[in-house]
Amino acid sequence: MSVWLTDEQQLIKDSAERLVQNDYTIEARQKLIDSEEGFSRENWATFAELGWLGLPFKEEHGGFGGTGVDMAVLMEALGKGLVVEPFASSVILAGTALDLAGGPLAERLLPEMIAGERLLAFAHSEPKSRFNLNDVAVTAATDGDGFKINGQKMLVYHGGSADSLIVSARTSGAQRDRDGITLFVLDRAAEGVSVRGHQTVDGLRAAEVTFTDVRVGADAILGVKDKGLSIIEAVVDRACVFFAAEASGAMEQAVALTVDYTKERKQFGRPLSSFQALQHKMADMYSAHQFSRALTYRAAALLDDCSPAERAEAAAAVKVKCGQSAKLVGEEAIQLHGGMGMTADMPIGHYFKRLTMINALFGNAQYHLKRYTAMKSE
Amino acid sequence: MELVLSAEDEAFRQEVRAFIRDKLDPETKRKVELGYPLDKNDYVQWHKRMFEQGWAAPNWPVEYGGPGWTPIQRHIYDEELALGSTPRVIPFGVSMVAPVIYTFGSAEQKAKYLPRILSFDDWWCQGYSEPGSGSDLSSLRTKAVRDGDHYIVNGQKTWTTLAQYADMIFCLVRTDDSGKQQEGISFLLIDMKTPGISVTPIETIDGDVEINSVFFEDVRVPVENLVGEEGKGWTYAKFLLGHERTGIAAVGRSKRQLARLKTIAEHEVNGDITLAEDTDFQERVSQVEIELFALEAMVIGALEGEARGNPPGPEASILKIKGVEVQQAITELAVEAVGNHAHAFAPDTWDIHANEPGIGPDYAATAAPIYFNWRKASIYGGSNEIQREIIAKRVLGL
Repeated sequence: MSVWLTDEQQLIKDSAERLVQNDYTIEARQKLIDSEEGFSRENWATFAELGWLGLPFKEEHGGFGGTGVDMAVLMEALGKGLVVEPFASSVILAGTALDLAGGPLAERLLPEMIAGERLLAFAHSEPKSRFNLNDVAVTAATDGDGFKINGQKMLVYHGGSADSLIVSARTSGAQRDRDGITLFVLDRAAEGVSVRGHQTVDGLRAAEVTFTDVRVGADAILGVKDKGLSIIEAVVDRACVFFAAEASGAMEQAVALTVDYTKERKQFGRPLSSFQALQHKMADMYSAHQFSRALTYRAAALLDDCSPAERAEAAAAVKVKCGQSAKLVGEEAIQLHGGMGMTADMPIGHYFKRLTMINALFGNAQYHLKRYTAMKSE
Repeated sequence: MELVLSAEDEAFRQEVRAFIRDKLDPETKRKVELGYPLDKNDYVQWHKRMFEQGWAAPNWPVEYGGPGWTPIQRHIYDEELALGSTPRVIPFGVSMVAPVIYTFGSAEQKAKYLPRILSFDDWWCQGYSEPGSGSDLSSLRTKAVRDGDHYIVNGQKTWTTLAQYADMIFCLVRTDDSGKQQEGISFLLIDMKTPGISVTPIETIDGDVEINSVFFEDVRVPVENLVGEEGKGWTYAKFLLGHERTGIAAVGRSKRQLARLKTIAEHEVNGDITLAEDTDFQERVSQVEIELFALEAMVIGALEGEARGNPPGPEASILKIKGVEVQQAITELAVEAVGNHAHAFAPDTWDIHANEPGIGPDYAATAAPIYFNWRKASIYGGSNEIQREIIAKRVLGL
């Protein structure tokens, strides 16, 4: 009822949904999760062929100049299948940082990523930073012509597979100063970079990355020295909207799975779906998804042309609505599946876990409600 | 998250704003702002201003006097009316019975009633609910028995909003009780001055007397006042329920009420800070504001669909549920915001020409009564539980 797509957007949606439907059953996904890298390089090559890896980027960087809504459409379709490929890390996080900062690094690395030949990861969160984007303890001290980087990053999505890392580090000021944060592009294989990969509870891969006296030249700086925070904030705000689109796809699927399951499952001699107490819960799940989706697409449309303040406000609002909806849909979906919802073999649990972690990512609904309120009071 | 409008739509918005600024009586505006009761003249005068402008019936086809606006322009118009503190549009004529008349009525009915609805020379009210028929509307029992050129109507309607001002009532009546309860219902237009009709006010929990019981005792209604076919009234009633579904979300009204709530919060002091600086309170305001953005996004999407020839179907029930939840949440926050001032009940002072000053700040006077009154919203128009039934059955196929 709320989202109307252009012909081009419908094509993106159709091709992504087709891929998810044909090649991405929950069993096939589990095989990928259990594989060494946790995703399929073959799928990644397909994503590149389909043009998805360059969708949001400027044409001068080899991208296709897609809109915010284009990206939301793609992420929503991928969310339906709980796709585990490093799309978020390479495109939505690290790729966007390169695209927004521009310069020789973006011109060199983005076309390679878009072609599917280079994986990227975004190393920003730290063990003690929680969700404060300006809390950066990793240091990059001046060292001759270049810098020497020390410290630790966490939850670096697909850090173990990435060829290049976008790393935030403090080049001046105190740990939580807004100024003094600089983005660097590092080779994952560089001396002093230690990557400890791990699984996530929702089937993805991430890494702890430790930097010990990693030496880089001034040419490794992405964007402007000491002014990295504005890029980081833009990347994360945009990512919040696109993860909400992914959540919308996952919620749609979770509602559909629950409706189907309650129609099949009989108790007391009749289908669960005939019990009014359960029907009303499913109506609320449907509604929660629909409103979260409507707000997400509205914010995605805004991303193409807005001030940083408008963008931040929209992202926070989406995080609130999406997080609350994801929690409601996920929890009720498990509840309505009963004991079967607790089993790893049923698809629903996997949707629940991803929805839970999308809520948690970059701060949950409550965190963003506080953030939104603080912005409104300024 | 302001809406991005085309230059044309933005110009339209400015035009509507200017019209309201020039034509709305300042005293009426003040009453609306303060939540004071309006008298009949406030409504009639404002409707006539809209009529003179050619803007009285945004939802009508051009051939009957509609302005030919796009769905988004209609939304802008509704929103500006709400933001501009105009008296609410009395929907029973222009939005409810008129679409039934121009869709199913005879040529004579169209010629007789539509111009007077447009000009607001007739005030209409709605005769649907009965004491025994609430959400189960089709169980209604008011009877119409054919007697030559007339129907003889007997029974009782209830919750009839502003029947005390009405010139006409449209009624669902039972003309046959032999089949299923949805069958045998007919749609009658009845002149309120007909002998045998009496109106008794019902006082509601907020102290207001806006709704009434309407009694029919051997009321003779000419058969030419039957709309469409005898026994097809339920079809017309359902058509009417499905009409203008996006308006029920009342986005504009909630925006105005939210802005008013913020103003109250700036004036209410809690120790060293105002309520506007109280983060706990403001977070709850933020929550409602975000829900309202989501609601607005959904409404705009639905209007865009309408413009593309895909009007919303039963899924629009979520607009009613969410719209009401937002409205009720704002009234609840307003009661909390005014603190101790919520208690006083002095309806004699709810008038800008009252002899006595109000008790407490004027913004607080009607906070609790409005909260009480607004509980109705999740009950009328198909209760929110009925809306969930519609989602469950007709959207999810449960």
